[in-house]
Amino acid sequence: MSNNEQTNSHSHFPWSHLIGFGLSIVLTLLALWVGFASDFSFRTIMIIVVILALIQAAIQLLMFMHITESDSSRIQVGTILYAVFIAVAIVAGTIWVMSFGMHNMNM
Amino acid sequence: MKLDEFFVTGDPLIYGADVSIALTMIGAIFVLTYFKKWKWLWTEWLTTVDHKKLGVMYIIAAVLMLFRGGVDALLMRAQLTVPDSSFLDANHYNEIFTTHGTIMIIFMAMPFLIGLINVVVPLQIGARDVAYPFLNAVSFWTFFMGAMLFNISFVIGGSPSAGWTSYVPLAGLELSPGVGQNYYLLGLQIAGIGTLLTGINFLVTILKMRVPSMKLMQMPMFTWSSLITMVIIIFAFPVLTVALALMTFDRLFGSHFFTMMDGGMPMLWANLFWIWGHPEVYIVILPAFGMFSEIISTFARKTLFGYKAMVYSMVVIAGLSFLVWVHHFFTMGAGGAVNSFFSITTMLIAVPTGVKIFNWLFTLYKGRIRFTTAMLWSLAFIPNFVIGGVTGVMLAMAAADYQYHNTYFLVAHFHYVLISGTVYACFAGLYFWYPKMFNHRLNERLGKWSFWIFVAGFNLCFFPMYFLGLAGMPRRIYTYGIGDGWMSLNVLATFGGVLMGIGFLILVYNIYYSFRYSPRETTGDPWDARTLEWSTPAPVPHYNFAHLPEAKGHDAFWIMKEEKKQGKAPEKKPYKPIHMPSYSGVPIIMSVFFFTAGFGMVFSWHWMSILGLVGVLATMVIRSFDYDKGFYVSVEEIEETEKKTTL
Amino acid sequence: MESVEYSPNTPLEYQSETGRLNILGFWIFLGAEIALFSTLFATYLVLVGRTAGGPGPEELFEISGVLIETFLLLTSSFTCGLAIHYMRNHSLKGVFLWIGVTLALGLGFLGFEIYEFVHYIHEGAALTTSAYWSGFFVLVGTHGAHVTMGIAWISLILIQLKQRGLTPDTTRKVFISSLYWHFLDVVWIFIFTAVYLYGMVM
Ligand code: HEM
Ligand SMILES: [Cu+2]
Repeated sequence: MSNNEQTNSHSHFPWSHLIGFGLSIVLTLLALWVGFASDFSFRTIMIIVVILALIQAAIQLLMFMHITESDSSRIQVGTILYAVFIAVAIVAGTIWVMSFGMHNMNM
Repeated sequence: MKLDEFFVTGDPLIYGADVSIALTMIGAIFVLTYFKKWKWLWTEWLTTVDHKKLGVMYIIAAVLMLFRGGVDALLMRAQLTVPDSSFLDANHYNEIFTTHGTIMIIFMAMPFLIGLINVVVPLQIGARDVAYPFLNAVSFWTFFMGAMLFNISFVIGGSPSAGWTSYVPLAGLELSPGVGQNYYLLGLQIAGIGTLLTGINFLVTILKMRVPSMKLMQMPMFTWSSLITMVIIIFAFPVLTVALALMTFDRLFGSHFFTMMDGGMPMLWANLFWIWGHPEVYIVILPAFGMFSEIISTFARKTLFGYKAMVYSMVVIAGLSFLVWVHHFFTMGAGGAVNSFFSITTMLIAVPTGVKIFNWLFTLYKGRIRFTTAMLWSLAFIPNFVIGGVTGVMLAMAAADYQYHNTYFLVAHFHYVLISGTVYACFAGLYFWYPKMFNHRLNERLGKWSFWIFVAGFNLCFFPMYFLGLAGMPRRIYTYGIGDGWMSLNVLATFGGVLMGIGFLILVYNIYYSFRYSPRETTGDPWDARTLEWSTPAPVPHYNFAHLPEAKGHDAFWIMKEEKKQGKAPEKKPYKPIHMPSYSGVPIIMSVFFFTAGFGMVFSWHWMSILGLVGVLATMVIRSFDYDKGFYVSVEEIEETEKKTTL
Repeated sequence: MESVEYSPNTPLEYQSETGRLNILGFWIFLGAEIALFSTLFATYLVLVGRTAGGPGPEELFEISGVLIETFLLLTSSFTCGLAIHYMRNHSLKGVFLWIGVTLALGLGFLGFEIYEFVHYIHEGAALTTSAYWSGFFVLVGTHGAHVTMGIAWISLILIQLKQRGLTPDTTRKVFISSLYWHFLDVVWIFIFTAVYLYGMVM
């Protein structure tokens, strides 16, 4: 990818930022609604809000941080994806290992 | 705090150390002053950002640490030789195995490897420096200050004594009330900053600073292994940072992460420690694999067999190394499912490792082998490492590990992988690249003596430990009874340990001897080697390459030599000015402030920690406002330098 | 310097070798930060419920304060993006304006967070109270410390912008600090989810 593609939005109204901002507000409110107003089970709620958080993170990375814009975009995207793998390994692994076989992990 | 609490007292060994440290320091100051070398030291070394000089400093520090860690090891062997020995008391013994383990892994193995990576990798990829030369200096100095902070615990305040793994509650405030454990936490924390920066620096260097003609799949294997190592460093070290910080909070600020009371979970420490700890063992083995690959291919005079398989197996190792950590605490009781999962991933990781062994063997097959010292170390590595790996797989079986865990069987396993892997590689690499660093070779005859004595000593020392473990001898005990029946194997082990010490001393003597008597190099390519670092002249100019070399495949320099033989000499192009970064005193000053802050925290002298931290921030601000752009090496200077060197 | 020609579309921060290297290096640093925060999240989640008989999150968390913090930080991430947009249009004034707004919002966030912390401590939930609160204060506090560092760092860069205007060097610094700022917002999203929502819904 070449540097030239960096921003075609140059000198235009910052639409992508505005859309990204709108989306993050909506997603946050949605998470709130799921958490407090819906009657899903606790498990379902947590799954949904975590997915919403991941979408929001992706919006930040793509629309605000322009992760794909530079010459090195493949390295940048690769780094973040690998980091996500590590994050899942650390968080899920630790919770699993430290639960000592008990299935109720919320004690 | 009273003065006699501040300085460690009461033991003749320590008084001896105090005196020798003081004498060494006075001696160094005297020599520097007498020969008027202070200015030279500051302008040429302490402020350098040249990767070759930083690499040399890393290696010097690592050899010193090897000495310190080795003395610790011999003290332990001396204590364990005979039953009911009273040479060391229990606490002293605990301190010694703690500092031994920590120093060997964090302050010896890693800096030795990072030092060699610093010297070699930029040259191998045809770069004139690393991506961030300034940060490279910060990395070195934070490592160095962290190491110094850890080491002074020996004479000031007392050493840590809860093992290099620092399991709580033993390492917690109630059972380790002294400052020793704080030294461990802060020393590793400060050195860890440097390691993380090295990770980022060399990852970007390898990805972005290669000569444009060198494709990823043409990089020398040592460069590849460094690349993968850097990836592991980048994702593993933050975990250590957090784990250390949490324990520091527990000890200094009364939090309850790992405490026995108020909901703390001591076992969480083991979990976090090993999430970093297992990747760490791959951090210290992968560069070693890379070096052996270069050396074996050079001295078998063949291209490396199975290049792609080598690369892919390292990629797999990088991913899997984050999925096996629980094998270090199968006995903790995490349950059948957890243990089975991690047992399987652990066995899986042995597969790519095995693939590499076969690749080396096939590289040797039908090669015209030259038995230089570097090659001897590499050849001895293969069978010895296999012993370590196979016993690793034995330990990987969770059910069986209940028997082996925390016995000398485990001690034998990790010394077989760490010494015959990492340490042999450091020695092999030192002999191999020594002429690149110092413009003369190490003496081969002394080298072979030291090799044979060390390798014989190593096997004598550690092979019996497998059987001691099977006979039930636990690790980390300071003595045993006559009725246990462990004495004869222990005597053997101590004998082996002494041989290793002699082997090391011969190596050190060899450095001195070769400095005095070895002929200076007349060529940049003493071994008829294959990769680009050997295309630089002797001595290597500070800008590395007057013209950037061209890489036309694996073994780029070999191809250049073949083309030259066929008469296709590259045309002579005119020189162009070369841009180089300026030296800077900021890294060392910043690291001194880190040291100050760390020392303050060790003793909970808050004014001192704050002073240190303010100093660190101030140096960062100064750096931020510094728009120095480096300088250009003029064409005249390049011509002058190139005339003086010999290709 | 290299005599490479850059298309006028190439943002200033990518026009020097140093710029490209540093931006890439910073992305990799953010990868390391992800590992760092993951460890803190893992620790926090394992310690949930370990309140040792003291107060728990369900008693103390209040949705209104958390929402204010969240929207302050979300908005600051947006305004920070605008600053970069104006920077790429070579509008120094736009950069000053929007970075100024970003910093103000950041300070507001910090203010509310400090207030929140002080409130909890008053209610008998401090770092030393129980494992749960240790986990909470260190996870959320580390984020807060990052925000503080960010504010100080960006302020220094503003001074440099004032001194030198928009150059490849200063734009590089602004751009890198903006990456950092957005990243802190990403972390906050997960704190919002895994600490506050989780704590209150439970
Ligand atoms: C063939 C691949 C390997 C396997 C399957 C393996 C397996 C294991 C297992 C299961 C343990 C824990 C045993 C216990 O505590 O009871 C262990 C410990 C250890 N291994 Fe390995 N290992 C391998 C390679 C390595 C390598 C390459 C290194 C380093 C260069 C290494 C260094 C260590 C260390 C330092 C420990 C012990 C740390 C301690 O408890 O103090 N291993 N290994
Ligand atoms: Cu392991």
